[in-house]
Amino acid sequence: MAKTLTISIMEPPYESATSTTSLRIIDAALRKGINVNVFAYEGAVSLTIKDQQPHPNPVHGTSVEEEKHPTTKFFVASLFELAKEKGVKLDWVNCGFCVDERGAGNWIEGPRRGGPPQLHEWVQESDATLVIPTK
Amino acid sequence: MKKILCVVETPYRGTLEEQDDATLWLTHSLKNAGSNMGVLLRGNAVNYAVASQDPAGVVIGKLSIEHPVYPQKNLLKMKQAGIPVHVIREDVEERGIPLESLVKDFELISGSELPNLFSQYDQVWHW
Repeated sequence: MAKTLTISIMEPPYESATSTTSLRIIDAALRKGINVNVFAYEGAVSLTIKDQQPHPNPVHGTSVEEEKHPTTKFFVASLFELAKEKGVKLDWVNCGFCVDERGAGNWIEGPRRGGPPQLHEWVQESDATLVIPTK
Repeated sequence: MKKILCVVETPYRGTLEEQDDATLWLTHSLKNAGSNMGVLLRGNAVNYAVASQDPAGVVIGKLSIEHPVYPQKNLLKMKQAGIPVHVIREDVEERGIPLESLVKDFELISGSELPNLFSQYDQVWHW
């Protein structure tokens, strides 16, 4: 029976290496056949905002196409694809209150709205829980 | 024209997701806009001066980061654009980073020289 890892992420995108590392841990777990639950808390709810747009880089003189900026929404969408391919579950809950206070409710397909009761349930059912806070 | 020194202390803040360092990017943008800028690397940010660092190869899901930031190369371009780049020698040595591993074009300065450096600028921005 596949193991299940619950991860709580607090870090917003584009501010530190923490969110990237969190996504890489999720990637590694999925590749090992581990089911992953993600509880996106506070700024981390912005990882999946649908309105994120790649941009050109005038300092480097590159266009949008040349820059190929992989926004975090694309990374998360790709993780859902990977989970499907590997036959494991990726469940992603964005904390509803955190979403509301930020007006950050327009997401890509995949994440759903939830709250601490969901995290509580996951922690009870999971083999391990990893908390990745912001600093 | 006011002269501004940007002190960078925390490196690699979202650099994989941004494909850039936001502070260096803003500094270079301000220079392009006509500002008179300088950069001082201190603390962990002295690692930005290491010549051989290579962030290539990160893949998340099915997406790879195709244009990761090479801060040492960006800093070199900034220097070529007229932005002096200073690195605090003691912060390099404390971290066990060999001085010969740094990009040669950046100026190593001692902490005791900072007052003199700051006096050359109208404003010091500590990021």
